[in-house]
Amino acid sequence: MPQMVPLLAQANSAETFLTKLIDGLALGSIYAILALGLVIIFKSTQVLSFAHGAVAALGAYLAAYFVTVINWPGRYFESLPVTLSFIISGFVAVAFAALVGMLIERIFIRPMIGQPLFSIAMITIGIDIVVRTFVGDLLGQGGNLSVGSPWGILSISKFGEIVVPHVFIAAIVTVVVVVGVLILFFRTRMGVAMRATAFDQEAAMAQGISAGRIFALAWALGAVLAAIGGIFASISPRGFGVTGGTAFFALRAFPAIIIGGLDSIAGAVVGGFTIGIAEIMLGHYLAGASGTLGLGFTGLIPYLLMMGFLLIRPYGLFGTEEIRRV
Amino acid sequence: MRGRPLLYVDYEEEQSLFPTNVQKALVVVGALLALSIPFGWVPGMKFLAHPGWLQLLVIALIFMIGAAGLNIVTGMAGQVSLGHAFFMGVGAYTTAALSGNPTAALWGLELPMWLGVIAGGLVAAFLGVLIAPTAVRVRGLYLAIVTLGLVFIGQHIFRNWNQVSGIPELGRNWGPFELALWSADGPKIDLSNDGEWFGVFLPSEGKAFLFMLVVTTIFLLLAKNLARTRIGRSFAAIRDRDIAAEVMGVNESKAKTQAFAISSFYAGVAGALYATFLGFLPPEQWSLFLSVQFIAIVLIGGAGTVIGVVLGTLFVQLLPRVVENSTDFLSEQIANETLLAPVADLVIKTGAGDFGVLSLDAAGAGLSIFQANTVIYGLLIAVFLIFEPLGLYGIWLRVRNYWKGWPFTY
Repeated sequence: MPQMVPLLAQANSAETFLTKLIDGLALGSIYAILALGLVIIFKSTQVLSFAHGAVAALGAYLAAYFVTVINWPGRYFESLPVTLSFIISGFVAVAFAALVGMLIERIFIRPMIGQPLFSIAMITIGIDIVVRTFVGDLLGQGGNLSVGSPWGILSISKFGEIVVPHVFIAAIVTVVVVVGVLILFFRTRMGVAMRATAFDQEAAMAQGISAGRIFALAWALGAVLAAIGGIFASISPRGFGVTGGTAFFALRAFPAIIIGGLDSIAGAVVGGFTIGIAEIMLGHYLAGASGTLGLGFTGLIPYLLMMGFLLIRPYGLFGTEEIRRV
Repeated sequence: MRGRPLLYVDYEEEQSLFPTNVQKALVVVGALLALSIPFGWVPGMKFLAHPGWLQLLVIALIFMIGAAGLNIVTGMAGQVSLGHAFFMGVGAYTTAALSGNPTAALWGLELPMWLGVIAGGLVAAFLGVLIAPTAVRVRGLYLAIVTLGLVFIGQHIFRNWNQVSGIPELGRNWGPFELALWSADGPKIDLSNDGEWFGVFLPSEGKAFLFMLVVTTIFLLLAKNLARTRIGRSFAAIRDRDIAAEVMGVNESKAKTQAFAISSFYAGVAGALYATFLGFLPPEQWSLFLSVQFIAIVLIGGAGTVIGVVLGTLFVQLLPRVVENSTDFLSEQIANETLLAPVADLVIKTGAGDFGVLSLDAAGAGLSIFQANTVIYGLLIAVFLIFEPLGLYGIWLRVRNYWKGWPFTY
């Protein structure tokens, strides 16, 4: 993935460190949002969705498609600013992604309830290559669909006194989404139903909870988060457009949830920020060695971090240790 | 007592590789038919003697070795591995470094192919042993993600280690596909050039086919035999219930290490042979897609069975050809405006504004043939897992059991 625009002048090393930390937090927030989607699906349905990257790429593609190819909100309101047009398209793309998530659940996952988890994970791999191929086909041979700079060409926006650097938009959205998910999970009837289903499906159904609806909801929510993550990964200041690489970028949410623990919301957020900061920090301080390490080695840092981490804590920071019974 | 296929009078008979006479006969007939393919003697199979088809079959045979490897670790030992492409790449590049031709920018020792291929398998097996402790430490889905990471790490190394793998997106040359005791002696069995064997003129692909048929048969028989050895049974025990297996005295970490070592050896050999046969491959070849292709082979064929590997590989490898031929057929229908033309028109995109799922020119919307194949693999993985978890082998079982009792279908 392309590097970001530096926020501040890199005067001395402490300042550089701070800049890179902020960059890392901004990148980490995208990983966190993607990881959160995976965790929600896993928590409610015990399914690890390998199709997450593909759904993220699809969401990002749809958002870019609405803005650039068919100019969908803009064609009705001529004076609509690009930013607003993009935000509207983003919401519509996210809604589409939710629909795709529900469809995947209904068609492929629902018939597999009660089957081995391995089989279901393999099915999501199948879905992943189908969706990814379709996105790749839609992108065409050039393989890049860019929305330009939806937040404007400057790297900051001013709302009166408040200055918002554009790298922070993803972080702000992440905070909003995480708070929203926490409220949904812990303060609503639906959240209680979701947690109950995750805890014990049969007992939850005996209480009148429709497990099927919970499954559909979890997949829709997971797909929504994937799409948001995909959109932020593909637009400036993080990316230069939707490419085939968007799906692979989104796959790095896997190391994040492994580090945090597969079934922990806090773990997903912490894991996402960890790999984001590690990627930017190591990318910066090892930049001198990039001749030996190879171009684009930063993309490997999440995976290497994950492997090292797994040997120390096999169930992640906050994950529940699996109890094995004979 | 004779003639009852399910009646075994001693243990050895029940445990033999091909327990029934029908199976023995089928294996012999199948082997003879396969041997005759490059000569084009059998009516109905003559079209297979064409070099294009033979090349496809050679690749299918090589893929069978790789798929048998994945089948050992995933089907027999139950450890999900998405890292198969990585091990294949390791095998391929070990061979490249040992038996490739050196240039200013590339390593190559010009050793004979057999040495390179075996070394490729061994180096891959060694890396498999290094990965195995992770498989002991983490289970199930965690392992799938670790091996997924392995593919990305491998791709990065292959792309950047230019002395071994050549220029990114371009690649390098492998050594010649031939059997020679020592390179300087010249080939004992020349597989890269057309020539006469047994008084019959054969294209190079035909020779390669016969060679690979022998090699693959050996590897598949060894894989089939593995299932009835102590090691194979410990794999099955670990797969079915790891903690119960440990209680019975199976050493879990040893069994998983063995599974990864054997599987990676198969993968390394397959990668080495594949690259040497094709002769030129870019580092991007060893991608996640290759791993998924092998998973598709194992799942479509039927996990845990060797016959499933054969069926799955043939299915997955011949599918592109079938798709290509059927699109050709459909375009002919459109061109000749036959009765099928309206249906064909829906499937194939003919012009810029025309609707169609498939497009014959690579550019623009509409799936290319390659993309259509990918979509079909993906859907088939899902469909087989939902409807027939035993794969093609399961379908064969159903057909067989139906006819066994025919006409009494109880």
